[in-house]
Amino acid sequence: MKSESTSRVLLQGNEAVVMGALAAGCRFFAGYPITPASEISELLSLRLPEVGGTFIQMEDEIASMGAVIGASLAGVKSMTATSGPGFSLMQENLGYACVAEVPCVIVNVMRGGPSTGLPTSPSQGDVQMARWGTHGDHPIIVLATSSVSDCFSITIRAFNLSEKYRVPVIILSDEVVAHTRESVALPGPDEIRVVDRIAPSVPPEWYKPYGTNNRGVPDMAAMGSGYRHHVTGLIHDEKGFPTQNPKEIDQFQRRLHEKISKGFGEIQVIKSIMMEDAEVCVIAYGSVARSALRAIKEARNQGIKAGLLQLITLFPFPRKAVDSVLRQCRVAIVPEMNMGQICREVARVNQTGTRIVKHNRVDGQLITPEEILKYLVKV
Amino acid sequence: MKNDQRYEIRFSGSGGQGIITAAVVMADAVGRQNNRYVCQTQSYGPEARGGKSKAEVVISDSPIDYPKAMSIDLLLAMTQAACDAYFFDIRPEGLLVVDTDLVEQVPTSRAVTIPFTRIARELTGKELVANMVALGAVGLLSGQVELAGLETALMKRVPKGTEKMNSLALQAGIDEAGKIDLSLLPRSVVSDWADD
Repeated sequence: MKSESTSRVLLQGNEAVVMGALAAGCRFFAGYPITPASEISELLSLRLPEVGGTFIQMEDEIASMGAVIGASLAGVKSMTATSGPGFSLMQENLGYACVAEVPCVIVNVMRGGPSTGLPTSPSQGDVQMARWGTHGDHPIIVLATSSVSDCFSITIRAFNLSEKYRVPVIILSDEVVAHTRESVALPGPDEIRVVDRIAPSVPPEWYKPYGTNNRGVPDMAAMGSGYRHHVTGLIHDEKGFPTQNPKEIDQFQRRLHEKISKGFGEIQVIKSIMMEDAEVCVIAYGSVARSALRAIKEARNQGIKAGLLQLITLFPFPRKAVDSVLRQCRVAIVPEMNMGQICREVARVNQTGTRIVKHNRVDGQLITPEEILKYLVKV
Repeated sequence: MKNDQRYEIRFSGSGGQGIITAAVVMADAVGRQNNRYVCQTQSYGPEARGGKSKAEVVISDSPIDYPKAMSIDLLLAMTQAACDAYFFDIRPEGLLVVDTDLVEQVPTSRAVTIPFTRIARELTGKELVANMVALGAVGLLSGQVELAGLETALMKRVPKGTEKMNSLALQAGIDEAGKIDLSLLPRSVVSDWADD
C-alpha cells in the first residue's frame, strides 16, 4: 500500500490546472505569457509534446484564441490561459466560439485591473467581464477555483462541460489560487470521468453541422473527417451558412441559450458548508471562499450560527441555491475582491428582503478571515 | 484567530535573495510527511530583482482553510526593510530570525541572528546560497520538518551541478542554528521583561 505522503505532491494552482487539462484530454494550447498565468503556458510547453499534443506561443492573445478555435474545430480539445489584459483581447474570438459552438477552455487568472493594473496582485475584477465581455446575447459557463485540488478538478469539469454543451468555458482563478502551493493527492485516471463531444453517426451526405436534436447540442464532426462543415461568425442555418430568415435566426438564438438552461442542474455547482442550521451566511467564491471558511469556523466557536455558500459556478448564476440560503438566513455577507460584481447577482435573486452586506477589498490584497468575522459578529 | 494547530512561517527579504525558493523547499519537505498539511503562498512586486519579497508556509495537522499567515510563529528577515515591515505580524511567543549583517537593528531580544550571507560566501564562495543556509536554520528552529526530508526536497529542486553547494549551505544553517539555545531567549517578542 502506498503511504499518503508518497502519493501527495506539492503543486501550485497553475500547475494543477495543467494536470487537470491533460487528464481531461487537452492536447492543444495556444497562448501568450502573462503574470500571473505564465506557469500554465510554461508547464504545458513541456508536457504537451510528451503526450503528442501541440503547444504554440502566439504573437498575442487575439491570435491565441483564434488558434484555440481552429484546433478545437479539428477535433482536438484546446485551451488557453491568460490574465485580465489578455482576456480583453480574447473577447472578440470568444464570441466567435460562442456562436460557432466551439468547445474550448479559457483560464483567466485574475490580477488587479483595469488595464495593466497590478500584475502581481490578486483580484476578482473580471467576474462580470467573464459573463458579458464579448458582445451579443450569448450563453457562457464561468467556473471559479479556490484551491489547488479545485484547480485540478474544476479544469476537468470545464473541459467536460465544454465538450458536452459545445460552449466555451471560462475558469476564473486569481493570483492567490494560482500561486499557492499545497501538497495534494490527485485522483488517478480511473477515478476521473472524461466527456468527449459526440461525433455524427449519420453518413456524411446527411450531416447537418448545426442540426437540432433533443439535446440541443449538434453532433460535431472534426474538420478533415470527411464531413462537410461550414463555420461562420454570422448567424447561420442548420448547414452552417449565414441566414437572414427570422424563423431560423430565432430558432438558432433560442437553442444556444436553451442547451445551457436545460443543463442547469449539472452546470450550477455550489458547495454548502455548515449551512444546515445557519442563520447568517457568507456567499463567496475563489480564494476569498477560503477566508470565509476560516471566518465561519471562528464564528461557530463564538456561538454564531454561520454557514458558507461557496459558488463554484458563477455563471449561469446558481440562483436556486442562492435563493434557498437567502430564504433561510437573516443576513448574507458577500465578500469580494471587487466592488460587488457577484453581490449584484445575489441582490437580483433576493426575493425575501434578506439583508445583504457587501464587503469589498480592492487594494490588491486577499480579504482576511478577520474582516469577514467582524461582519458575522456585528450582524 | 488561531485556535487549531497551525504553525506559520514567513520568509522575507528582497527580490533575488531566493526567498520564495526557500519557502517552496520547506513546503515540499513538510508535504512529504504523513498527516501534515501545508500551504505555501507568496507575494512579490513586478520587478525581477529588488523590491520586497515574502513567502509564507502554513503547516497544520488538518486541512488548511485560509492559506496565508495570520499570526506568525517564525519570521525570517533577510533585509532590514523586511524586518521592519513584518515584525509586527509575529505573535508574542513567535521567533524572529535575521541575517546578522543585513539586519543591523533588531527590534527584539527574542531574536536569533546568524550571518547567513557571510556563511554562504565563506563556505561556497557564493552569496547565492544564503537562502539555503537560512532554510537550514529555519528548518531546525521551527521544529516542523524532518531535516533529512528538507535535504531530499532541496535536491529535487536545485539546478544540476549545484547540489553540493546547496547541500553544504543547508547543513551549515542547521549546524549554526543547533548552537542556539532558545530557552535562553525571552519568552515574548513584545517585551523582554514580561516574565518578571
